[in-house]
Amino acid sequence: MKRVRFSQQEIVFAVFTVLFLVFSIFLQGFLTADNMLTLLQNVAVLGILGLAMAIVVIGRGIDLSLIAALAVPGGLVLQMVQNGHSLPASVLAAFLLSIAIGVVNGWLIAYAEVPPLFATLATGLFVAGLGQAALFQLDVVQWSDGMAGFERLGQGSILGIPTSIVMFAIACIVVFVVLRRTRWGAYIYAVGDNPFAARVTGIPSRPIVVLQYVLAALIGCFAGLVMAASVNSMPTRIFNSTLIYDVILVVVLGGIGLSGGRGGVVNVIIGTLLIGTMLNGMTILDIPYAGQNLIKGVVLLIAVITDTFLNPRNEETAQQGDI
Amino acid sequence: MVCDHKFALGSIAALTLATAAVPAFAQQGLDEPFQKPFREALAGKTVAYVPVAMNFDLTEGWYAGLKKELEPYGVKFEIRDPNWNTNAGAQAVTSLISEKPAVMVIHNPDVQTYAKLLQRAENEGIYVIQINMGSAYRSSAFVGANWIEIGERQTEGVVKACQGKSNKIAIIQGALSAAASAYTLKGVENVLAKHPDIKVVSSQAADWDAAKAKAITQTVLKQNPDLCGIVGFWDGMDIGTAAAIKEAGLTGKVFLATSGGGERKGACELVKNGSFDLNMSYDVPTQAAQMAGTIKWLLSSGAKPGSVKGSEYTTLIPITKENADSQTACWNLSDLKK
Repeated sequence: MKRVRFSQQEIVFAVFTVLFLVFSIFLQGFLTADNMLTLLQNVAVLGILGLAMAIVVIGRGIDLSLIAALAVPGGLVLQMVQNGHSLPASVLAAFLLSIAIGVVNGWLIAYAEVPPLFATLATGLFVAGLGQAALFQLDVVQWSDGMAGFERLGQGSILGIPTSIVMFAIACIVVFVVLRRTRWGAYIYAVGDNPFAARVTGIPSRPIVVLQYVLAALIGCFAGLVMAASVNSMPTRIFNSTLIYDVILVVVLGGIGLSGGRGGVVNVIIGTLLIGTMLNGMTILDIPYAGQNLIKGVVLLIAVITDTFLNPRNEETAQQGDI
Repeated sequence: MVCDHKFALGSIAALTLATAAVPAFAQQGLDEPFQKPFREALAGKTVAYVPVAMNFDLTEGWYAGLKKELEPYGVKFEIRDPNWNTNAGAQAVTSLISEKPAVMVIHNPDVQTYAKLLQRAENEGIYVIQINMGSAYRSSAFVGANWIEIGERQTEGVVKACQGKSNKIAIIQGALSAAASAYTLKGVENVLAKHPDIKVVSSQAADWDAAKAKAITQTVLKQNPDLCGIVGFWDGMDIGTAAAIKEAGLTGKVFLATSGGGERKGACELVKNGSFDLNMSYDVPTQAAQMAGTIKWLLSSGAKPGSVKGSEYTTLIPITKENADSQTACWNLSDLKK
């Protein structure tokens, strides 16, 4: 008998389609062009972060420092401009800081062989602490006159499409090209699929791990700039929020297995769409906050359980310190 | 004069002595009998400050204001920063009780967590001043905003702006666990009970997060483009609410009322550029001065901690376009720190 098998990606896409149809039919004001754009706009930053996390997860890692990489370099730009530095110099400083975060993460994981969960947890705390103690005067870094024009990165629209959606699209294309059209991208898949085999075949697996985390930190910084531009300030305290779980939710829901080597940009888009639809629908329905968390938690649990059933671990794929 | 004095020792009458003696006293100066005990009561005393976190305008402002008022009198000012961690805060308060400072200035994260600890502290002889967020235990003094009043006055502003319009409003709450948010909501409800014609189309918590506030507001505005007002619970978060209104091209049409500590960049500047229509400010420097005044009074009174209990609710400053330009409506953190 032929067994019908669905990949996680297909299951999530089906869930998304059903949810979308139900909302469209029963929820007045859901299926309008305006609301669709709002839906996407609200999850654009989450989607960009999802891309960063996807690169790392495909390479069989995880990056818990991603929110710090969003908040601190982004906040640094606003703070430096507020202190009278020029905008290009501030952006350059932010990029350098992001690269440093990525290099430290990658070095700890690839060379010191610290499990990514612990390494990035520690660097995230360190970077957030550094920002609070040394870089920012206040947790919420306010917009200043020197930033004029920069808000276009996250506000307004290009050809009728809100800018943050355009930024998400650009990030999708860039990550797609890196993952699927470059040798580095192929190496990331190889290292994620089987790091030992990758090393034996001569792939520079350690530098590739460093590259993943540098890319993730840079995309995180980009997401931070889009977010800051979108709300005209940088709430650096976002590090203490549950945003990182939402990012993992997007990646896992989209069907990028945590055991590495699988998935791509399409999965992130599907995961982001599902979260966006859920959030938008729940906001229109005016569901209380606690109820929203409950629903999100249940959906994540279902996704993780499905992942375990469809992509079972075995001795070949499991490893010490794996998550 | 000198001659008079010499004669007085001999045979001059008492009246002459008296008239001569008064100018002599005036030249030597008059001792004010209470200032020395006051200075002694303050010198070398320790005041411990436990905010929910440093690094935001309110707690930084209180810190700077208290330091400025108390340090010149030789008061040692200590700070314990739990950085939004309620457990760390409870630990800080517990360890402070054994260290026995003269005064504890406590910013509660919620109503219950510190209540028992604060009672213990006063029993141990430490004055407890609770600021802006009270606990279930009433201590020597509470200095801070009346959240119910803030909710009421913000909602009154929104209701007034809605007259003759759609009567549809939205509420952007803070974090559900924060009592400040719950109290403000009660104030909102108080006013809405008097105006049954006002319809709340959305009442959601945005977790004090500007990005979440923006997302919620965008969705609500798409569903209700005729919305006439929004009650937001904190200006740091409502930057996001304002950004959503601006992007929808509804600035000036949707009345946004919010509240905060009145720091210039976070309050007046944003009222001036039209982001907020009303910002109820609890003027942090005044609050800090009241806290310092209370500390001075308590230390010099010699009253037993917990034997007197009182409240000083902050007189709110409504910041609107009319006063946003004035020098006194807002304050600068950088100036306060000087």
